[in-house]
Amino acid sequence: MTRLLALTLGLFLALAAPLRAEVSITPVTSDSGLQAWLVEERSIPFVALELIFAGGATLDSDATAGATSLMTALLSEGAGDMNAQEYAARSEELAARIGFDAGRDTVSVSVRFLTEDADDVIDHVRAALTDPRFDADAVERVRGQMLSKLRRDALDPNTLASRAFAQAAYGGHPYGRGSDGAVETVAALDVDALLAAHQGAFARDRVFIGAAGDIDADELARLIDRLFEGIPQQGAPIPERAEFSAPAGLEVIPFDGPQSVIAFGHDGIARDDPDFLTAYVVNEVFGGGRFGTRLMESLRVQRGLTYGVGSFLASGLLGESYQGRMSTDNVNAAAAIDLLREEWAGIAESGITEEDLSRIQTYLTGAYPLRFDGNAAIASTMASMQYQGFDIDYVNIRNDLIDALTLDQVNAMAARLYDADALHFVVVGQPEGLE
Amino acid sequence: MFFRLTAFVVIGLLALRAASAEPVTHTTFENGLEVVVIEDRRAPVVVHMVWYKVGAADEPPLQSGIAHFLEHLMFKGTDTMESGEFSRVVEANGGRDNAFTSWDYTGYFQRVASDRLELMMQMEADRMANLSFTEDDWLPERAVILEERGQVLESRVGGQFNESMMAALYKSHPYGIPIIGWRHEMETLTGQNAMDFYDQHYGPNNAILVIAGDVDTGDALEMAQQIYGPVLPNPAIAPVSRTMEPPHLAERRLRFEDARVGTPYVNRMYLAPVRRAGDQSQAAALQMLAALLGGSSTTSVLERTLNFEQGIALQAWAGYNGMARDYGTFSLGIAPVEGVTLKDAEAALDAAVADFLEEGVDQAQFDRVRHQIRASEIYALDDMQGRARQYGVGLSVGLGVDDIDGWVDALDAVTREDVIAAGQMLLDRRNSVTGYLTQPTATSTSEVTQ
Repeated sequence: MTRLLALTLGLFLALAAPLRAEVSITPVTSDSGLQAWLVEERSIPFVALELIFAGGATLDSDATAGATSLMTALLSEGAGDMNAQEYAARSEELAARIGFDAGRDTVSVSVRFLTEDADDVIDHVRAALTDPRFDADAVERVRGQMLSKLRRDALDPNTLASRAFAQAAYGGHPYGRGSDGAVETVAALDVDALLAAHQGAFARDRVFIGAAGDIDADELARLIDRLFEGIPQQGAPIPERAEFSAPAGLEVIPFDGPQSVIAFGHDGIARDDPDFLTAYVVNEVFGGGRFGTRLMESLRVQRGLTYGVGSFLASGLLGESYQGRMSTDNVNAAAAIDLLREEWAGIAESGITEEDLSRIQTYLTGAYPLRFDGNAAIASTMASMQYQGFDIDYVNIRNDLIDALTLDQVNAMAARLYDADALHFVVVGQPEGLE
Repeated sequence: MFFRLTAFVVIGLLALRAASAEPVTHTTFENGLEVVVIEDRRAPVVVHMVWYKVGAADEPPLQSGIAHFLEHLMFKGTDTMESGEFSRVVEANGGRDNAFTSWDYTGYFQRVASDRLELMMQMEADRMANLSFTEDDWLPERAVILEERGQVLESRVGGQFNESMMAALYKSHPYGIPIIGWRHEMETLTGQNAMDFYDQHYGPNNAILVIAGDVDTGDALEMAQQIYGPVLPNPAIAPVSRTMEPPHLAERRLRFEDARVGTPYVNRMYLAPVRRAGDQSQAAALQMLAALLGGSSTTSVLERTLNFEQGIALQAWAGYNGMARDYGTFSLGIAPVEGVTLKDAEAALDAAVADFLEEGVDQAQFDRVRHQIRASEIYALDDMQGRARQYGVGLSVGLGVDDIDGWVDALDAVTREDVIAAGQMLLDRRNSVTGYLTQPTATSTSEVTQ
């Protein structure tokens, strides 16, 4: 094999000067008082629009668990004078991409449309948001799909692990149950429950709007007022906070498969905590879901125990936890858990190094502009930043905030965040060597 | 034009307008490296990809999974870089990197700020010829790929079912062997096997470089010439002869039973023609057929008939994949509602397809599908990485840039009659495998528990 002469690669790390992203976000206020953030980008003739409504599946009662999710799935199944097929055919005629999605804390609406069709698409989406039909046949069809998903989830080790962890962490709070409810509650949902979920979810008092693409501020203001005609001012009250209460220890759920899926974690840090960004940086060093983290290095690269391991700050609207996931061969489960505890204790005690900090600062500040590389990504980021309570200039100061962090601050956070003795583990599988 | 250095605002705007109108640049260097440049100057980001025209279908006997194992080991080091340094440098520059293996190709890519492109090129050109790793590197990595098989395949009953379907669809061709490999063969793979595969197949004369994003085409080509140009071609590279399929004289059927099946379903896969360089008309007709039968969860023929009219399907689907070197696949499937057997569901699926082929294509549906295809071309411009991937896959499987650029026109040229003809040609069951994914039957369950 012919080889290239050796290259000099030693200088690479020195080249990493952080890139500045000059992001120009226009704040938009419509005549009726709705706020939106816009990034105008004229080069491709389409617009991406993202709406986030706070609330989500937490608005369901215990008896109607799954109502918000089923209601959201039914929004594209008929509205106004269109039945499900007519609604879909109209979406296709307009070549619009319309997505309705329900999560634990939010319901979101994502729309992409060709500039020339703006008004027609907005009218079409408004029909779903203000005048959904919930036809009996559509409800039964989509309910059947949702029940099928719930039955599939009940046999999926990853879902089982996440469900058990949430249940242990939050008990009877809505955070303790799955967003899609349970077979019994979904089977029992009636049209009144769907209508109530609909009225509770879509309101002007809880919406966050982002847009990007071939549109200016005036036009956007006009379109969002058009979209919100008929949407009420106030939605359903959002529940109380959820307290994390999973005990330290280990819970094994027997499951017949080759691997053990392990969910682990303990209490976390609130999204509005002034030191949240510091915790975010620490987690990026420790387990942030990519190569180069301590967990990946220790469990995958050094020992080949897993294909992937990661940790994340699960900070929601109503409560927070710090969690991680991994899968490993059943014979390795005990060893993997020991290592996780060890890494956990290690970072709490010794923190990270100056070199770790400097590397992660370079990575995070360099990676930031990569998030803004398309209209759809930008619109969704714009809505999500507002939902999370960021100021409009955050995009332009965020890298400075990260660069300003000192090792003392970061290590104080590591000591505060990590508590190996508090870890709760859920193991789904046939783990060997665990009780 | 907002996500960029202020000084470039105007230039960027003009460049994109021009780039949208002009064809993508494609050239071949003297050492055999194919180079594609796609300008998109909206954000200061670049995607840098190197594709090797070799994949799991080119593996030697008893070494299934070696192409993918090598993909993992490509991150271990070179003569001058330490194990893991590649990813560390990408990360230190705020970038993301990853790699993927298919039956026909293996790809490596980084997404970085555009002023880091030169660095990515240097590292990628380095490992094109100078890969180096030790037993301490490959031994734990072999455990990792076994865990990967456990996680993405063996822990997912749908994945195992699909593996069985592919194995039954191909009688001889290596597309029937899973990309990740058979476990019993993966367990015996060595670092030497991987290095041999590398020596046999990697080099500029078997590679495609794709650069997409915030670059000037001329500058990018010059940079690539300087960095990749000196990498000498690998004389060992020669086309691998793959075993081809004999005529299929009997349809195949399989029943995959597993207690972890939450929703039973039927899937049918047919061998189908691929997109051919210079003639994509048949593939385009098959793509339109798939879109009409299953392209929309509400209005397509199978959903409309089986879900909305007959109420027997939770979901029904159709799909076509023609982006492969040797054989494409066309799939049909149905997940029935509770109380409907897989056998009855399959019969209803077949009847729905037969009716469609007899009655012909509804003009309104046909028009909607065509309109959506045109719009999807516009939406696709928003996704730089997706565009880069289109060219990488296309060139890897033997298409030309003209074919890739002409795909939407080829779809546009398909008539309703072409769709029906494609359907009739395709649906010879002898070229198919039909699989049932289901819970164990009552008898076998009781046997187990007794």
